[in-house]
Amino acid sequence: MGNVLVWIIWLLAAAGCLATGVAVVSLTNPFYSALALIGNLASLAVLFLLLSAEFLAAAQVLVYAGAVMVMFLFVVAYLGGRADAPWAGGPPLLRTAAVVAAAALLVEVVVVLGLAWGDNLTDPADVSGSFGSPGEVGELFLTDHLLAFEITSIVLLVAAVGGVVLGTTPEKEDAA
Amino acid sequence: MDGPDVGWYLILAAILFGIGSLGVMLRRSPLVVLLSLEIMLNAANLTLIAFARQHGSLSGQVFALAVMAVAAAEVAIGLGLIVAMARRRIVLDVDEARALRG
Repeated sequence: MGNVLVWIIWLLAAAGCLATGVAVVSLTNPFYSALALIGNLASLAVLFLLLSAEFLAAAQVLVYAGAVMVMFLFVVAYLGGRADAPWAGGPPLLRTAAVVAAAALLVEVVVVLGLAWGDNLTDPADVSGSFGSPGEVGELFLTDHLLAFEITSIVLLVAAVGGVVLGTTPEKEDAA
Repeated sequence: MDGPDVGWYLILAAILFGIGSLGVMLRRSPLVVLLSLEIMLNAANLTLIAFARQHGSLSGQVFALAVMAVAAAEVAIGLGLIVAMARRRIVLDVDEARALRG
């Protein structure tokens, strides 16, 4: 019975993911695209929970759907949210090539998955109840992956400085 | 594990990655290109977390968190670039921005 319930939740979250993903790519107004991406991130957080990644699901909602998407919406509002028809403009050859390339990418990945299906993709490992809890993830960050953790902080610092540099008023360029 | 096998998650991630790559190649507004990039990054994250669950090793989740941090940095820089372009009256169209083309 519990199994059926998990399948239903999985199917709902997967359908939500795909529908909002298509909406992001196909909606004309960037503001609605950004809103659809919030739905996409939320349904992905549900899938993370099903994979017992509780801390990551919380981080996904807080950092992505919260902080990052608010930044996106601010910029869309600042720029006025100009409409951009997904299928308009550009040579038709380019558009056809984009669709063909994306479809080829998808087919490749699915074929590789289909070939590997029988070997490694069933019978998942047994994990304890605390798998994916903040404590266990944090312990790994401070032991096995300490270097990656520190480098991440430097990446974020560089990004913050870069954002400030890009955001300053371009006085010299205007004079030139 | 209750519910679907890891392979189903991987197929879902593959479809999401395809949708995101289609958006990156098709759309011309740099904002929507960034949004589609987020879909691709999240599809990769779903794969990492699915394999972390499959192998019972938390390293995949740690890597997914690092991907999230890099995505946040990428969004900050990308949005900064878009705002700088708008301030310099450059048309917000990735097909038009080709000053660096050789």
